[in-house]
Parts: sequence; C-alpha cells; structure tokens
Amino acid sequence: MSDDPVVRVRGLRTQFGTHVVHEGLDLDLRRGEILGVVGGSGTGKSVLLRAIVGLEAAQAGEIDVLGQRIGSLSGADRRALEQRWGVMFQDGALFSSLTVRENVEVPLNAVPGLTDAQRRGLAELKVSMAGLPWKANENFPSDLSGGMRKRAGLARALALDPEILFLDEPTAGLDPIGATAFDRLIVTLRDALNLSVFLVTHDLDTLHACCDRVAVLAERKVLTTGTMDEMLGVDHPWVHEYFHGPRARAAETKD
Amino acid sequence: MTGATAARPDLSVAVEGDGLVLSGDLVVWSLSALSDTPAAQRIDLAGVTRMDTAGAWELAQRRDRGATLTGLSKHHQGLLDTVTAALPEADDSPPAQARWRRIFEATGARMVGMLVYLIALAEYLGRVLAAMARGLRHPSRFPMTALVHHAQETGLRAVPIVAVMSFLIGVVLAFQGSDQLRQFGAEVFVVDLIAISILRELGILLTAIVVAGRTASALTASIGSMKMRQEIDAMRTLGLDPDLVLILPRVLALVVMLPILGLVSALMGLLGGAVMSWVELGISPSVFLARLSDVSVTHAIVGLSKAPVFAVIIGVIGCHAGMQVGKDAESLGRMTSSAVVSAIFAVIIADAAFSIFFAQVGL
Repeated sequence: MSDDPVVRVRGLRTQFGTHVVHEGLDLDLRRGEILGVVGGSGTGKSVLLRAIVGLEAAQAGEIDVLGQRIGSLSGADRRALEQRWGVMFQDGALFSSLTVRENVEVPLNAVPGLTDAQRRGLAELKVSMAGLPWKANENFPSDLSGGMRKRAGLARALALDPEILFLDEPTAGLDPIGATAFDRLIVTLRDALNLSVFLVTHDLDTLHACCDRVAVLAERKVLTTGTMDEMLGVDHPWVHEYFHGPRARAAETKD
Repeated sequence: MTGATAARPDLSVAVEGDGLVLSGDLVVWSLSALSDTPAAQRIDLAGVTRMDTAGAWELAQRRDRGATLTGLSKHHQGLLDTVTAALPEADDSPPAQARWRRIFEATGARMVGMLVYLIALAEYLGRVLAAMARGLRHPSRFPMTALVHHAQETGLRAVPIVAVMSFLIGVVLAFQGSDQLRQFGAEVFVVDLIAISILRELGILLTAIVVAGRTASALTASIGSMKMRQEIDAMRTLGLDPDLVLILPRVLALVVMLPILGLVSALMGLLGGAVMSWVELGISPSVFLARLSDVSVTHAIVGLSKAPVFAVIIGVIGCHAGMQVGKDAESLGRMTSSAVVSAIFAVIIADAAFSIFFAQVGL
C-alpha cells in the first residue's frame, strides 16, 4: 500500500474554443477515500471527470492516475489502466440493445479464459451487489426506472473490481429514499472493496452521508478541499452560501 | 494492493491429496487457472496475497459444493462474507418449454399481433375521421397552418424526385416497348402501352411508394420524437387534442397532395415516353398526342382514384407507428423502419385489391 494519491491533477487547463473551463487546477484523490466534487452549474465538474478518464483532452497540466500519465499512454497501457477504474455516467449510459446482465458482462469479456457460466455468475453477483433484484438481470435498460439504471451502471462500473470508481451525479433525479440507499451503497462498497471514489455531485445529503473530503470547484480551479466540518469554516462567499444555505442546514440536521 | 505498475496477476495452484493450495493473486484475471482443477475438499488460502470479488465468488461457489476454506486472512474473510451476503438468489423461473411448443407459440403470437395491428390501424382511421368531423364543426380549431405546412413538406418537396422518377419510367417503357412491338410492325401502339400503364398503374403506384418511403418515415420520426420527449402528454394536459393538432393535418395533407403528385407523375411519365418515342421510333409529338387522345380517359380516372386511399394508408400507418414509440431512442428507429416497410407493403396490397375491383366492375 502506497501513500501516493491514486489520482493526481496538477495545473490542469481545459477549454472549449475561447471558453476556459479550468485553469491551474490541482486535485488529489487519496487511496480508499470518497472525495466529493461540488461546484455551481457550469463550473466543469463533469468536464474534470471526463478529463481524468481521458475522454476530454487537457490543454495543459498533468493528470496521473495510478501513477500513469493520462494522454501519453500507448494503446495497450491505456486499456490496462481502463480495466483498473470504473466510470458510472449520469444516466447509467447502459447499452440499450443489451440486457442488464449483458451490459455487466461487457467488461468481463476482456478477461481471457472465463467460461460463459463464470461470466454470467459474476455479472449476476455485481447486479446483486449494486442492489438490484434478480429479475432485473434480463431487463433491458428501457424497462428500468432512473434509479435502477444508475444501479445497473454502477454494477457495470464494478464489473472488473476497479481500484477507482468515478461517479457522475449518482443521486441526481432519485427520490430521497433511493438517494439515501445509494449513498449507503457507495460507502458499503468502498469499505468492502477498498475503492477510492471520485464523486461529482450536487447533493448535500450525499456529501454529508458518504464523503470523507470535499473539493469545491469555482473560479476555474479547486477553491478549497477539506472535510465537511472544514468547509463550514471557509469564508469564500460562494462556499459559504453553498454550505450555509437553507438546504445545507436541512442536510446537516439530518445527521 | 498494486502500485504504479500492476504486475500481471499470478496464481499458483497445487493439488495435495484431496485439497488445493492456492497462492498469489486470486482475482478475476487469474480465475481461469482454477477452472480445470478438481472439486477439492479443502482449499488452503494462506498464500493468497490479493483477492477480489470474483475470487471470493469462486470460493463461495466451491464452499457451497462442500469445500472447506482454510488460511483466509481477516480482510479476505470480510470480502468473502460481503460477497456471500450479496449472492443473488434465483427466482423460481418457469420450466423451459418444448421447442415445438415455442415455435407454435411464436407463430400464434405473430398472428394475433398482426390482427391487433390491423385493429389498431382501423382505430386510427376512425380517430382521423372523428378529428376531421370535429375540425369541420369548429372551423376555428381546424389546424389550417399545419395543413399548409405539411402539404408543402410532403407534396411540394416531393415533386422533383417524383417528376424525375416518372420521366425515367416513361423513357424505359418507350424503349423496352418499342423493341418488342417493332417485331410485329406495331411501333405506334407504344403510345397506348405507355399511356395505359403509366396512367392506370405505374404513375400512382410508384409515387405512392416514394411518398411512403419519404413521408411515412418522416411522420413516424416527428411524432415519435414528440412522444419520446412527452410533448404529446404535455399537449393533452394543455387541452390540445393530438389527433386534431398532429395527426389530422398530416394525413389530410397527404390526401390532398398525393393525387396532385400522381398527376405530376403521370404527365412526366407521358413526357418521358413521348421524348423517347420521338428519338427512338420517330413518332412525332403531334402523332403521339393524336394517338394519346384515342386512349380512354377512364385509365387516368382509375389511376387517380386510388391516390386518396393510398394517402390515407400511408398517413395512418406513419402516425400510428409514431405513437407507438416508447421512451428509448432504439424504438424510434425500429418503428420508423417498420412504418416504411408496412406502408409500402400495404400500398401494394391495396393496389392489387383495386385491380381486382376494377376488373370486376369492368372499368
């Protein structure tokens, strides 16, 4: 076990045309922690996630994931690295022509020597670990509710037992009970599988319930990072408004 | 845990009596090393350094089959417990049916599905007629602007393709017909051949097929994407009648425009035939016109009388398919292609029915 951060971002700059999204952004994700990334709409939370997993090219800066530099990897190295992280997109991003079980089997197809029965059993295990009922295995994504699609997306992200899990707004659009259950699921999985979780969210309840540390994105960089308690002491106007607003107080008193 | 560069997972398996000794990485990548091993009574795991859920799943399976696990580290034991707790329990699935039974069932389901489809189409025809009656009773609610818009989309925009296609069909008929008729010295009858086949059958049938491909797909796609984005539900809550606002103008535009397109097609077909007859057979335009005036006008009437029926078929099938689109984009694509196929098929069936009908009544 090393103390190096599993994700290390230094001096990141991303832009679309003349619109600069990030400028000189630094961020660390430590091994085994759940890091919540918050920020107003349009501050580039999802862009940051996409840049880290290599879906968005950075104009400048360094991104190291598990000690490997994103953007300078050969094809084989990149594939090997992709098998060590799992990404859950906002609406699950399931393949609509495959059933839930087949969706989870897609990453498992890359493993040489697995029998069909093993693949099937492992996929069903992941679906069950993500909190879906058995009968969801044979459902198509269009048959599922939004919350179930997110769980199926999580099952697919967990298929290869990744070391890092990237979650893009996992609780957005879920009812409070479903969102709470999802928060608990993330913590349970982290504890059981020793995951490091990079969690983009708007949901203050999620921050309270499961994040070890919070990173606030504003003014094109990470404004501040720290525990929830430390966030309450930050006197930047946006951060103060965010963590002391009426919704924040409601989320706090629930604990 | 792995560092910066993950070493290739390495699992060594040794068989000792009725037991297995595992050491190394028991992860999803090394699981295949276990698949050939015998069902052991004891599995010694003291040498396992790394284990993931896949490894734990394999151990849980083997434990269920009677193996005892020894030497698990505390951390791995925790993982195994988590996986065991999450192991899915199969529901009681219904017993598999015999093959012949499944075939019969599928055939029956398809037949019933076809009947249901026909009933649904009849229902949509009724809805269009009812919407039309409502529109006529309350002229202020009649979607006139939409009607003109769709008439332009389905009619005017289709004129170039229909015109070019019909002209070429006329050319081909004149060319092929003259070749055959010349053998009997009856070249001049090529005019009758062209006129009757174009006016009666080909002009309107090919126009209907082109419009079915062009417009049925557009109808399904436009209504289907509105359905997908819940625009149609929004209309209902706002007191707008989707039958009146969406379906009626589209079907009515087709009913108005398809006869006109059929007429354009017939004229262009005759023009193509006349040009080719002149070039190939030396039949001058005046002779062509003279022969043409001997051809009964009944053929043109028979041809154009089919157009409104084809239009209703295309419109109803296209709109019905659009309304069947579900929430996912895949169903939009599926319904669009099925709308085109059904519309073309239905147009040809209707044309055959018309042929029999006109032959019976002697037109």
